[in-house]
Amino acid sequence: MTAISERRQLAYIAAQAADARVNIELEAEGMTLNVGPQHPATHGTLRIVLQLDGEEVVGADPIMGYMHRGYEKLAEVRTYPQVTTLINRIDWLGSFANEVPFILAAEQLMEIEAPARAKWIRTILFELARIANVTLFLGDMGVQLGAVTPVFYAFRDREYILNQIEAATGGRFHPNFDRIGGLKDDLPAGWIASTKTALDEIRDFCDEMEELIVGNEIFEARTRGIGVIPADVGLSYGLSGANVRASGVDWDLRRDSPIGQGQGLAYDELDWKVWTHPDGDSFARYWVRLQEVREACNMVDQLLDGLPGGPIMAKVPRIIKVPEGEAYVATENPLGEMGYYVVSQGGLEPFRVKIRSASFSNMSITPWLLKGTYVPDVITILASLYFILGDIDR
Amino acid sequence: MLSLTTSTVAAEFAYWQTSGFKLLMAFVAVLIPAGTTVYLYLFKMVSFMQSRLGPMEAGPYGSLQLLAELGKNAQKEDIVPARADVLVFKLAPYVVLLSTFLLVLVVPWGPDAVFADFDTGIFFALAVSSVSVIGILMAGWASASKYSLLGGLRAAGQLIAYELPLVLAVVGVVIQAGTLNMQGIVAAQIEGEIFGWGAIGNPFILTQIVGFLIFMVAVQAELTQVPFDMPIAESELVSGYMTEYSGFRFLMFFIGEFATANIFAFLAAVLFLGGWGVPPFVADALFADGNYSQWMNVIGPLVMATKMLALTFIIYWVRFTYPRFREDQLQTFAWKYLIPISLVNIAVTGFLKVVL
Repeated sequence: MTAISERRQLAYIAAQAADARVNIELEAEGMTLNVGPQHPATHGTLRIVLQLDGEEVVGADPIMGYMHRGYEKLAEVRTYPQVTTLINRIDWLGSFANEVPFILAAEQLMEIEAPARAKWIRTILFELARIANVTLFLGDMGVQLGAVTPVFYAFRDREYILNQIEAATGGRFHPNFDRIGGLKDDLPAGWIASTKTALDEIRDFCDEMEELIVGNEIFEARTRGIGVIPADVGLSYGLSGANVRASGVDWDLRRDSPIGQGQGLAYDELDWKVWTHPDGDSFARYWVRLQEVREACNMVDQLLDGLPGGPIMAKVPRIIKVPEGEAYVATENPLGEMGYYVVSQGGLEPFRVKIRSASFSNMSITPWLLKGTYVPDVITILASLYFILGDIDR
Repeated sequence: MLSLTTSTVAAEFAYWQTSGFKLLMAFVAVLIPAGTTVYLYLFKMVSFMQSRLGPMEAGPYGSLQLLAELGKNAQKEDIVPARADVLVFKLAPYVVLLSTFLLVLVVPWGPDAVFADFDTGIFFALAVSSVSVIGILMAGWASASKYSLLGGLRAAGQLIAYELPLVLAVVGVVIQAGTLNMQGIVAAQIEGEIFGWGAIGNPFILTQIVGFLIFMVAVQAELTQVPFDMPIAESELVSGYMTEYSGFRFLMFFIGEFATANIFAFLAAVLFLGGWGVPPFVADALFADGNYSQWMNVIGPLVMATKMLALTFIIYWVRFTYPRFREDQLQTFAWKYLIPISLVNIAVTGFLKVVL
């Protein structure tokens, strides 16, 4: 009894101390500014405690967990097909991309391979999720910098892609479409042609954003040279995705991992390019994402042209039992590398699922990156790092 | 030549009657244009620019939306933050609105339709436009919120920096007109001639185009509108000094902001677009009997409103197109570009005034 109460007391003291450390104004001339948990720049409930000297940031401390939903633990009490419903909600703007690595990990453990058509449709939906996700970023970056209009165009044009996702899967935001061994359904009739029109809209949108935002002098003045991440620093903080490609690191899991190379997704049969930018600043991150949306449009175009026939589902037992073992599968999600480490003990449910989400790792650089910047640049940097709260707090 | 003699209509009324009428008209002059531009531009035009419809439910095409907003804000609780400096916090919106009402006093709407015809009208206008800085600083300080404080300080720095180009841009006009009196500036433009051709008068936008551009940029900054909206920056300071205000006090800031936009547009119309005057060739065609000045008291406000709508259109167009400058960038822009250019403009204007 005493041990428990003592431990509780210690925990209480530790919590108090942590709170005090965060809340107290450390220096007499400095100021502590809480950005969040309720703040428009944090897309949700991220809290960043800034130590300010005037408007200069002398310390930044991101505090996560305000939206922690415990998906890793919840996944342990759900069967494998049920887990996709949960993990849909991790990066809610590109939901389908969340399902794929988990399903691929389960397939790897069960030694099932999806038929070619399923792989291709998966890749199409994966890239559509990327377009839907990053399109919103392209407009939202404008809002963070004070240009209100682009985000409305982003919402408008993302709708074309969401409509296609809805037509194919039945869910606009949370498709829950990927199955172990294939897909739930085949594509509906006329989907290929309508998707091509939607892609044209997105290409127009990209051109529009290039004109409205990239070509704007104020945007350049606000982003060039702001939040520069050198390649080695970025890699050592575990950054991934466009954030690290904007620093000149030519690394893309779609090309550089066996998963992208035909084992789960059909990137190996496409003619595409990994975009990088040498600068590593906020502008580079925006530019790289813009190019990636265009590249994704081209990839989907190629995939639609070369879609193979055949079944969309492999032979899978009615009750899915995953044999004992463990697997780690990571894919190049819209936000960066997303991986699932699945440990199975041969039951209906996974024994342990560790989710490596991109935004969580991307956030880890903020204390280093925000030091020495000014308050307006904090917003630019946070916007250009592009995180989604659900992807930070799983 | 047109005569601009003042008539003696006002003398037929008692002093309290004219005062009461002027008070009423001051509210009309502030609130009606503000409501018009807010509905026309902020609600509708911007919605069309952003591929949405804007308010559609309240009245035909949402035209009664403003009343709905008024009712909504009037009903809201008047929250004062726990640690706020209550008196200062409550006074701040009145100070901001005071500057708006003081500004409208010197704007001429017609030969006689003016609240106060000072000899130093434009000087007075530029002076009282700075009163709002005090209100903003009061709001920023008294809110007891860090975001508000940052916003208030930014606003103070910015408004003081852009006061200079605003004044210097006007100096060119004053040199050309040879008077600080607003009516005198209007008269100078109506009666002016471009190398002996007087059909359209001589609106100073032609000769003072540099001054006009600097004036409009500085106005944009004075109004803390995008791209100079660092003090209220919704996405980072969560509306800056207005963060803690709610209900009717927020509404007063809101009215102050948009009414001031209109009055600056009125001022720009007076300074650069010929004020209430219509081009002389139109006036000659309409008023062949020479009874010009009487009718202009009626037509003048409409002419002013037209010019104001054209200018506020630019203000809102820019507002919803550009990203915002960073604080240091907008200071650099004011001190390194706008002020030197306006000084050169003054020098050139003065030189040409002497030579021609």
